[in-house]
Amino acid sequence: MQTTPCVNVLNVSFWYGSNQALFDVNMTIPKHAVTAFIGPSGCGKSTFLRCLNRMNDRIDGAKMTGTIKLNDQDIRNRSVSVEALRRTVGMVFQKPVPFPMSIFDNVAFGPRTHQLARGRALDELVEKCLIDAALWDEVKDKLKSSAMALSGGQQQRLCIARTLSVSPDVILMDEPCSALDPNSTHRIEELITRLKNEYTVIIVTHNLQQAKRISDMTGFFLRGELVEFGASETVFGTPERKETDDYINGRFG
Amino acid sequence: MTSLASTPVLVQRRVLNALFQALCGICAIIAIAVLGYVLWFLFRQGITYFKPSFFTRLPDNVNPVLGGIKHSILGSVNILGIALSISIPIGILSGVYQAEANGKLCQFVRFLTDVLNGIPSIVIGLFIYAIWILPYAQKHPGQGYSGIAGGAALGIMMIPLVMRTTDEMLHLVPQSLWDASLALGTPRWRTMLFVVLPSARNGIVTGVMLALARVAGETAPLLFTVLGNEFLGPITGPVDALPLRLYKYATSSDPVQNAMAWSTALTLILIILILSILARFLTRAGKRS
Repeated sequence: MQTTPCVNVLNVSFWYGSNQALFDVNMTIPKHAVTAFIGPSGCGKSTFLRCLNRMNDRIDGAKMTGTIKLNDQDIRNRSVSVEALRRTVGMVFQKPVPFPMSIFDNVAFGPRTHQLARGRALDELVEKCLIDAALWDEVKDKLKSSAMALSGGQQQRLCIARTLSVSPDVILMDEPCSALDPNSTHRIEELITRLKNEYTVIIVTHNLQQAKRISDMTGFFLRGELVEFGASETVFGTPERKETDDYINGRFG
Repeated sequence: MTSLASTPVLVQRRVLNALFQALCGICAIIAIAVLGYVLWFLFRQGITYFKPSFFTRLPDNVNPVLGGIKHSILGSVNILGIALSISIPIGILSGVYQAEANGKLCQFVRFLTDVLNGIPSIVIGLFIYAIWILPYAQKHPGQGYSGIAGGAALGIMMIPLVMRTTDEMLHLVPQSLWDASLALGTPRWRTMLFVVLPSARNGIVTGVMLALARVAGETAPLLFTVLGNEFLGPITGPVDALPLRLYKYATSSDPVQNAMAWSTALTLILIILILSILARFLTRAGKRS
């Protein structure tokens, strides 16, 4: 496995007002690999994921300390534009949220925002993203129709295509399959495995089997602390900490 | 084993349920019946003169039967057009401000617009009269009343309504839609303009139409601003409007013109109805594409 670091996390703590959600998190996330975060609800894994593209900036009273470096660049440096950061660190959410526009416009929205392509080049870019997200064959004849009419699984793949459209380095996924049926889940998992050749994928999941199946690295969060972080076979096979062992064997959580 | 037979509690529940269901049904029927009665009455009274010539002729005070309300329809449409072009941009943009900004100033603005909403329409007419028409008339004797001023008065009345609807509709847009757009690196203004506003569009259009329907029947603010006219005149001078014509015909000493007041009322109601249906149709067509 390739081990070039992509994201370096140093002593990150996070507060919602006076409520501390993350305690001194440290980790190094490798490039071109799938890293999964597991843990019970409210353990801080989604909060941590949203720190990586500064989605928490908008929340009133939120505060973060520590350093997050993306390719050796501090993402909270004043010279970093949050728009450029979010372009580089894309995000797919739990519930598929297509924009209220056509399928084509959904995927073209990001490239238009960042003025990456227009005209024929934009058409090609949209096609490429839809192919990469394994959706092209299903929608190629109805690109102009509303994205709202797609099924849940198709919508989620559309959201992935939309994320790919601005050519990110890192893709964050916040429980991307929890609203989908097993069949759609399977397709998304295949997709994730394929995506890691080009992108660094970081995924939060409640589905331990899923984390085991698709991830190279796994981090276990509990009550805002990163209890264990390491290669997935180690975390799921011979965990170092008792809490991890209890959790993955269903003894609590 | 638990008995499957009815118990006194269950019977009581069922009776209460039936009772309240009936009560809700009766109240709904009463509400609809009132509307139905108004429409039916209006239709029966107004249909006499509701014919093509009524819409293509001007009032005829010598031979009232030959009269019509052409200029009143055109006047109302123009005045409402002006009201729309004032209230839509100001109302929607201030609604966006209300939805997005927070803090003391925002609460203060919200309070002020509530106050504006509560101002009687005749006071707004008087206000336009005092700051616009009177000073102009003093400089140019015999002039001052105009359709534009009337449109401005109605536009001012619509602003708080449009603003409030926009604010409420924007609050209904789920946070997840914001997140999805911002996560692409989309700036806030672009997210608002191209993602959030379009998804709130149907509600906003409905709100604008309701506001328009409300001011379309306003008479008081027009008395001080557009004055009314027996002839077709330019929008920069005194013009006629349907509510004013209705009032004039209804208070006329001629029984034919009295009957024509009903036809005028019917026309006003139909125009509002057509506008509402059109808005529904437009938003539905937009949703499909």
